[in-house]
Amino acid sequence: MTAILEVSGLVAGYGAAPVLHGLDFAVPQGGVATILGANGAGKTTTLRAVSGLIRPAGEIRFAGERIDRLSTEDIARRGIAHVPDGRGTFVHLSVEENLRLGAYTRRDPAGVARDFERVFALFPVLQERRRQQAGTLSGGEQQMLAISRALMLRPRLLLMDEPSFGLAPLIVREIFRIMRAINAEEGVAILLVEQNAGLALELASQAYLLETGRVVVAGSADALGADDAVRRSYLGY
Amino acid sequence: MTAPSARQWKVAGLALLLLFACALPFLVSSYRTFQLTSALSYAIALLGLNILTGWNGQISLGHGAFYAIGAYVAAILMDRWDVPYWATIPAAGLVCLGAGFLFGLPALRLEGLYLALATFALALATPQLLKSKHLEQWTGGVQGIVIMKPDPPFGLPLDQDQWLYFFALAVALAMFWLARNLLAGRIGRALVAIREHPTAAEAMGIDIAFYKSATFGVSAMFTGIAGALGAIVIQFVAPDSFTLFLSITLLVGIVVGGLASLSGAVWGALFIQFIPNVADQISKAAPWAIYGLFLIACMYLMPTGVAGLVRATAARLARSPRRP
Amino acid sequence: MEAFLHQVLSGLATGGIYAIVALALVMIYQATHLVNFAQGEMAMFSTYLAWTMIDAGLPYWGAFAGTVALSFALGIAIERIVIRPVGNAPVLAVVIVFIGLLVILNSVAGWIYTYTIKSFPSPFPGGSVLGGYLSRHELGVMGVTLGVLLLLFLFFRFTPLGLAMRAAAQNPVSSRLVGIRVGWMLALGWGLAAAIGAVAGMMVAPIVFLDPNMMAGILLYGFAGALLGGIDNPAGAVAGGLAVGVLENLSGAYLVGTELKLTVALVLIVGVLVVRPSGLFGRVLVNRV
Repeated sequence: MTAILEVSGLVAGYGAAPVLHGLDFAVPQGGVATILGANGAGKTTTLRAVSGLIRPAGEIRFAGERIDRLSTEDIARRGIAHVPDGRGTFVHLSVEENLRLGAYTRRDPAGVARDFERVFALFPVLQERRRQQAGTLSGGEQQMLAISRALMLRPRLLLMDEPSFGLAPLIVREIFRIMRAINAEEGVAILLVEQNAGLALELASQAYLLETGRVVVAGSADALGADDAVRRSYLGY
Repeated sequence: MTAPSARQWKVAGLALLLLFACALPFLVSSYRTFQLTSALSYAIALLGLNILTGWNGQISLGHGAFYAIGAYVAAILMDRWDVPYWATIPAAGLVCLGAGFLFGLPALRLEGLYLALATFALALATPQLLKSKHLEQWTGGVQGIVIMKPDPPFGLPLDQDQWLYFFALAVALAMFWLARNLLAGRIGRALVAIREHPTAAEAMGIDIAFYKSATFGVSAMFTGIAGALGAIVIQFVAPDSFTLFLSITLLVGIVVGGLASLSGAVWGALFIQFIPNVADQISKAAPWAIYGLFLIACMYLMPTGVAGLVRATAARLARSPRRP
Repeated sequence: MEAFLHQVLSGLATGGIYAIVALALVMIYQATHLVNFAQGEMAMFSTYLAWTMIDAGLPYWGAFAGTVALSFALGIAIERIVIRPVGNAPVLAVVIVFIGLLVILNSVAGWIYTYTIKSFPSPFPGGSVLGGYLSRHELGVMGVTLGVLLLLFLFFRFTPLGLAMRAAAQNPVSSRLVGIRVGWMLALGWGLAAAIGAVAGMMVAPIVFLDPNMMAGILLYGFAGALLGGIDNPAGAVAGGLAVGVLENLSGAYLVGTELKLTVALVLIVGVLVVRPSGLFGRVLVNRV
């Protein structure tokens, strides 16, 4: 299986002190990989480095092409959609405007119109609230909007930063169900960062365990989930 | 014998500088002496603005207004009540201390940009206020006030320009001494703390509101004293000398001289006194074009101003091995 | 009563010009959260460009369009060359750069065109309307104000670029993540501000005559209008500009006389900043200390 995202020797951080000390990981084409780890392990930093929000050292390849020197805008234009921590919705704009922004780089109006239908089918509540200001949505609805906005880009890879954060368990289930559907039916690869290791391992095929900026365990999601030592010392369930 | 310490070097340097300053009026023409006197008054004004903007981080684009108040207090006292010129200096200082403190009160609630905006408005409104017919009986309206140049006292063998120079030098020395003592210790650290980390400063128990408005007052006092001195030197005050461009000139002075630097006030004063004279020969507009270029260039290339450049050069010279 | 009505109407007309200046200020504030102190001088410089074109024989509306386009380009160039390098600098540095820009534009205009005042034509015929309450130029200015506002509304509401500019102003990080080139959006904001300012300059020049210092007082009233209406809100800024124009006229006629115009603006600015920093229609803009 080839990888759509290959990362090797990734070093990144804020200011002088690096947070990440040489990560190697990959996301398979059309697959789901997850990065697990405690608070402060460097999960969010990893995603920010992939989408160019911070300037990394090391090599990042997307569909075979080096992207670690590109700007965030150009990385997005190549088909990587990043749902950041805190969701990053445009709170003063309407739901519909948020979605239109997701498709900002696209030049196929017909395709964009179809994708509106598609995300409204996935999340009917967004259609009901399409004229409403995004800031007035509930947490779960905002997460749905954030995912939908990312889908409007027609991404080949979706970076998800803690989609379960601050949401009720029922809504978390629903969101994970839809992520699975997006992955299975449309072949969008996903790189998922999560605190909720159980859910993440269920969805992912590959898993990486991060500790203070280093990958300490890597392997298939099933193997990681089954390893008692890993479970006890890192995943806490 | 041990090598002289940095402090001893500094004292010796300052003494030499003072000696040079005292000798200057005997070495140059009386017009140059007049220019130097006026530069001294600018230096005091810059010191005042620098305390507010450089040390405390409150941006004022309207310090020309306080300079104007100081100048008018001096001129009115001398013109209407025959107050001796030297007595107008403390009077101007006191009036501006009050005016600055009062303006500082609403300004307290304004941060960065908005304080700049409010003071910008103050600078634009100043000449109009001075021309106002309600104040005309004191200010002389558009005509302004002409005042007499003082004679040297005690039969000193100096001409008027030389005497004024020494008078201004004495006032300037006193003001620099005052500023140094204010800024060297606890108060100076509090001002910088408020500029850099207002929240932390508050947590440390610094009364930000008091410090900020007091700083505004003290800063206006310095600038007002400079204005009084400037009026006595020029022997004339009129509304159109105190436009927005005076306030901008003062800003140019502290930026070019060096923000939050005592010696920067002197460099800045020399700059705003002498550069326009040189540039004037190119075109009437040239001094301002040069001011503008210097403002922007300083922000890009030399954010510590001339004072910073001098410090860096001195440090480099001290580090490099002496040549035989 | 008639005199009062006259004051209000002509106040609305001057207010229209303040409103355009306020709109220009809002463009840059929205994009960068900065107040452009050089806005007035940019408008003044644009007006000189228009004067040059008209002087060279171009018809008025041709010169008008040319000036707006050229100003737009110059605004973008200023952002790219002068403002960009201090993008992340402290407020003091940015304000100093703005003042530097103000001074340079003022002196360059003085250098090229001298400080003697020039007359500038109005595109509207002479004479008055509404029974003498308004000159045709004043009525025209109101029409232009509303036209500019309408165009901006359509642009921001209905075009993808307008939406992207609003997004970039609100949440730069998310904007970059959807592929918006945020840096260019800021530059566009400057371009728009310069173009709008040019309109204000060309509208006011027939009234106050053209000279390098013509915009100082108008900018101050523009500030007051923008602050009163809310400096992050274009419609609010227009309302604020109009209100300030009326206030100026009424206070001039009934309170302090015209000689203290700028003082009225000063009091308005400080008053609004202290009492209601978000303006009448704006979101909170000042972080209290």
